[in-house]
Amino acid sequence: MLLRKIIFVFAVIAFFPLAAYADSLLPALPKAKENYDDKTKCVEPVEVMRQSHMDFILHQRDDTLRKGIRTKQHSLKECINCHNAPAEDGKVASAKDKEHFCSSCHVYTAVQIDCFKCHNDKPANTQYRHKISSQVFKQHKFATQDLNQEMLELLATEKEGQQ
Amino acid sequence: MSQVKESKVDQYRRSFLAQSTAIAGMTLTSGVILNSVAQAKSADQPASDKNRWGLLIDANKCSTGCNTCVTACHEENGVTGSGNPETDPQWIRKVKLTDKQTQKVQTIPLMCQHCAKPPCVDVCPTNASMKRADGVVLVDKHACIGCRYCMMACPYGARSFIHEPTTEQIYPRGQGTVESCTLCVHRIDDPNGPRNPACVEACNAEGHKAMWFGDLKDPNSEITKRLKEYGGVQIRADLGLNTGVRYQNLN
Repeated sequence: MLLRKIIFVFAVIAFFPLAAYADSLLPALPKAKENYDDKTKCVEPVEVMRQSHMDFILHQRDDTLRKGIRTKQHSLKECINCHNAPAEDGKVASAKDKEHFCSSCHVYTAVQIDCFKCHNDKPANTQYRHKISSQVFKQHKFATQDLNQEMLELLATEKEGQQ
Repeated sequence: MSQVKESKVDQYRRSFLAQSTAIAGMTLTSGVILNSVAQAKSADQPASDKNRWGLLIDANKCSTGCNTCVTACHEENGVTGSGNPETDPQWIRKVKLTDKQTQKVQTIPLMCQHCAKPPCVDVCPTNASMKRADGVVLVDKHACIGCRYCMMACPYGARSFIHEPTTEQIYPRGQGTVESCTLCVHRIDDPNGPRNPACVEACNAEGHKAMWFGDLKDPNSEITKRLKEYGGVQIRADLGLNTGVRYQNLN
């Protein structure tokens, strides 16, 4: 009986650091920028997203590319915009970093993803282009006219195209 | 904001925009705002075969020393290379034509011609090379295996292979896949109505106004009217591909 107790104590001592280590390996998911919906939090209930996010993205990619349906709910771009928003110091994690929302889990589960070989792993400020080019095609970079006041203000408030 | 709320706001915005642009379209000169703005498709609507997007290029207006459309295209779409002209991707390039008789020199921008019967789609073994319902020919890079068969099949040499790894992409593009002009499909799908591709926008901004973008199936669009009035030719019309890009005043 005593022997068994001693073994148990030893076992606890032996495995305690391992247990703590295992805990530290668990993915530390960065917080999303905002809730899509107050009830479901993410674009679908969180449990559904954990299990089936790949199906939503897969479905959406075919719809978008082949049919031109560009809804934002299941778009990978919006995932990145919300889940990989710049930190307070302005830094944005790359897919190679463990701090990246996708990588944090995918490294843990050892599931390799190819998304970011083509897609940008950082949020892109697409408004940068769109706002400028929507100025009735005059104020393109190549335009010969001088910039007007309104345009200068717009340019001043815009951030870089890529974070 | 919930999805329902957002879509309602969007609906209101769209109807407001459609009304206001219809009025604005009457007062502004044509070509500044597309005549087809009224057909703006919402984000959840698929591309329709009621449209066929195309370009019209006036070779006489295209300036021989100008490369603006190429720069604008590559900047808009984030097309970058390693500085090696042999392998760098080229979505659009300037082609020089010299008349043997008169030595008259013309340049034209040459890009994917968005054929109605695209040979690149015919030969693709994985169905990655595809044509959208509205006539835009694209590469589905999810399915592309990089065999480059489409590059061989294209009579215009319009497609490029991405040799280098990509980072900081503006629109998805990755090493080992084929890419080409998308007719700025992200602009076509703009929920506020289709906008001119980057090349056309830059050409207009530069003051050459040698390119028109529009719906070839819309009898009231600027491009259709111009084609009807002045005519336009396809490059390699003998192949019977029915291209979406037409040229005027070619030597």
